[in-house]
Amino acid sequence: MLRKDSIKAIALSLLLFAVLVGLWHAATVPSKPLATSAPDAEYAALMGKAEEKSNGFPSPSKVGQAFVHYLSDPFYDRGPNDKGIGIQLGYSLGRVALGFLLAVVVAVPLGFIVGMSPLMYRALDPFIQILKPISPLAWMPIALYTLRDSSVSGVFVIFICSLWPMLINTAFGVAGVRTDWINVARTLEVTPLRKALQVILPAAAPTILTGMRISMGIAWLVIIAAEMLVGSTGIGYFVWNEWNNLALPNVIVAVTLIGIVGMLLDLAFGRLQKLVTYAE
Amino acid sequence: MSVLRSPVEADSPPGCGCGRHASLSGHGNATGGEEAFARGLVEATLLQALFPGAAQRRRFLKAVGPGTALAALATLLPIGALASIAAEKGPLEKKELNVGFLPITCATPIIVAGAGDFFAKEGLDVTLRKTAGWAVVRDKTLSREFDASHMLSPMPLAITMGAGSTATPMVMPVMENINGNGITLHLKHRDNRDPSKWKGMKFAIPFDYSMHNFLLRHYLAAHGIDPDSDVQLRVMAPPDMVANLKSGNIDGFIVAEPFNQRAVYEDVGFLHALTSEIWDGHPCCGFAATEDFALGNPNTLAALVRALMRATQFAHKAQNRKDVAQLIAPANYLNQPVTVVEQVLTGHFADGLGKVRDVPNRIDFDPFPWQSMAVWMLSQMKRWGYVKGDIKYQDIAEKVFLATDARKQMLELGLDAPTSNYRRHLIAGVEFDSARTDDYLRTLAIRRI
Repeated sequence: MLRKDSIKAIALSLLLFAVLVGLWHAATVPSKPLATSAPDAEYAALMGKAEEKSNGFPSPSKVGQAFVHYLSDPFYDRGPNDKGIGIQLGYSLGRVALGFLLAVVVAVPLGFIVGMSPLMYRALDPFIQILKPISPLAWMPIALYTLRDSSVSGVFVIFICSLWPMLINTAFGVAGVRTDWINVARTLEVTPLRKALQVILPAAAPTILTGMRISMGIAWLVIIAAEMLVGSTGIGYFVWNEWNNLALPNVIVAVTLIGIVGMLLDLAFGRLQKLVTYAE
Repeated sequence: MSVLRSPVEADSPPGCGCGRHASLSGHGNATGGEEAFARGLVEATLLQALFPGAAQRRRFLKAVGPGTALAALATLLPIGALASIAAEKGPLEKKELNVGFLPITCATPIIVAGAGDFFAKEGLDVTLRKTAGWAVVRDKTLSREFDASHMLSPMPLAITMGAGSTATPMVMPVMENINGNGITLHLKHRDNRDPSKWKGMKFAIPFDYSMHNFLLRHYLAAHGIDPDSDVQLRVMAPPDMVANLKSGNIDGFIVAEPFNQRAVYEDVGFLHALTSEIWDGHPCCGFAATEDFALGNPNTLAALVRALMRATQFAHKAQNRKDVAQLIAPANYLNQPVTVVEQVLTGHFADGLGKVRDVPNRIDFDPFPWQSMAVWMLSQMKRWGYVKGDIKYQDIAEKVFLATDARKQMLELGLDAPTSNYRRHLIAGVEFDSARTDDYLRTLAIRRI
């Protein structure tokens, strides 16, 4: 029964996709350009009339060709400014991983402290509340100016935007551990370290993982924008470089891949979350 | 400073070369550290060599003033980069270099030098870094991420003065291109060609401290349009300009090639004017580095400049232009259709209004950094209020545009070099004499001073 449902869902998804592409194709059927403005052949050649040019939004077949082109050779390297889309994704993922891990190292212990001590919670709360809503990209000029290195700045921006959701969720999870369990631990005279690692951590893990999942989503959103601004590598740079050539089909390829990678990252964290979830 | 008597310290009024500080040591403290000290040392040695007698030296300094004396010396001998002359064939201080560029035809000499192995022949391992915008170029150069970079020629002047940046002394040892820009208008303005009727229109410019901005302002003002109050000027990246022109958000733009030709190619706009029609032979982009880098790596800088001069010479020759277009168009560099780049470089192009035009000097490449050009740029910064107060035009021009060094290197490479660092320029039909800059400014009707 369940399998039948999922087959139905997949079929429906495919149908929706087909309808979407069909509409897209219908909307972007290439119209004949007005040939009246340029009667002479040389002028037409200079204007690129001989070649097929997309005017406006590209058609699905154009985008499909671009997909085949980039995915058939994703790891080429033709100099520092022209690398395959796989390499560019690798650069972006590397930056995100580094910034994200740094954020984990800071946010989880800090979240424990904040969550376990109501005093610290109230003392740090104003800072967190002020820093949390700042757009990560607003940090970019400050980071560039003070850190004086664009790749470090990129990692810093990932770090700073991943920090808050993790910190808040960790603190929330730690503070929300059932008092019965804490009391049991106290009765058994467990050391504070053991209490943190064996009682609170497993209890708060699902909430902490939720924070990480949110953070990863934000980090992946931000890296694209940061790389468009300063990067000489990464998928964000790829988007900028293709935009510089006004090559919309290639931009759409990159945008789609960004979406797919983001989805995979989210799925991975979803799995992790399931692993640490416990039934009461 | 105690070991060395400054050439001017002993005399009253005391002053330093730049004229902003009470003494040379004051200048050294303000501009920071060793390179200023080294500069003082070179200046002092020079003065003492020219006038061995102390009394004679003092009379000379009293007669002309210490600032003028050093400035005069600097025109005879480029004090700023004297070390590079002393040890030109010396070992390279740094071989692996990061050089920034923007994907526009102005960067042709840099790209040709990199892709055509001109750098490699000098023993340099240069990585060319494509960069997203002028502000990023500025920041990455100042943060030392780039050793040297392609810049709009007014940028090193502005950065040296601290206009739109933290003040950092810069040098521009070589110019890249002359001409090579245009004013593009939306096709709906095909019958609106008189600039005096452009009130209320919106234009995009690439950067505040750019020849594009200064030329457009000058052009508009010459037709009675006040660029600050009659029209809107917005800073924008070139591909955004084409997209915004397409959507009608702007009426036109002034920008480096190939984006004017690209707008034509996209059926969005037409070439209203090439900038060579405003000032034929106007400077555009240059190759710049911090003074720190120049003083710390004189041999490396000299090698970079030699490679660039050879590449510039190669790109200058009309018979090479088609090959150059093939070389710079791919994704690693400009990432543009070859035909668009070729139309710019050969000057055989579609104008967007149904005509094929032939303008061989639509873009040209000339390495000599005329100091009189720098003075005009500075005069425009003053004219439009980018820099307040008096500007010592020639001091800054000579400090940043290393024309004397360039001449020496051009002659060594067997290239023709001008014999003077200043000349008169014909700009929008009016002759500009850099010796009488303030008089020139007073003749301009629309100005912010």
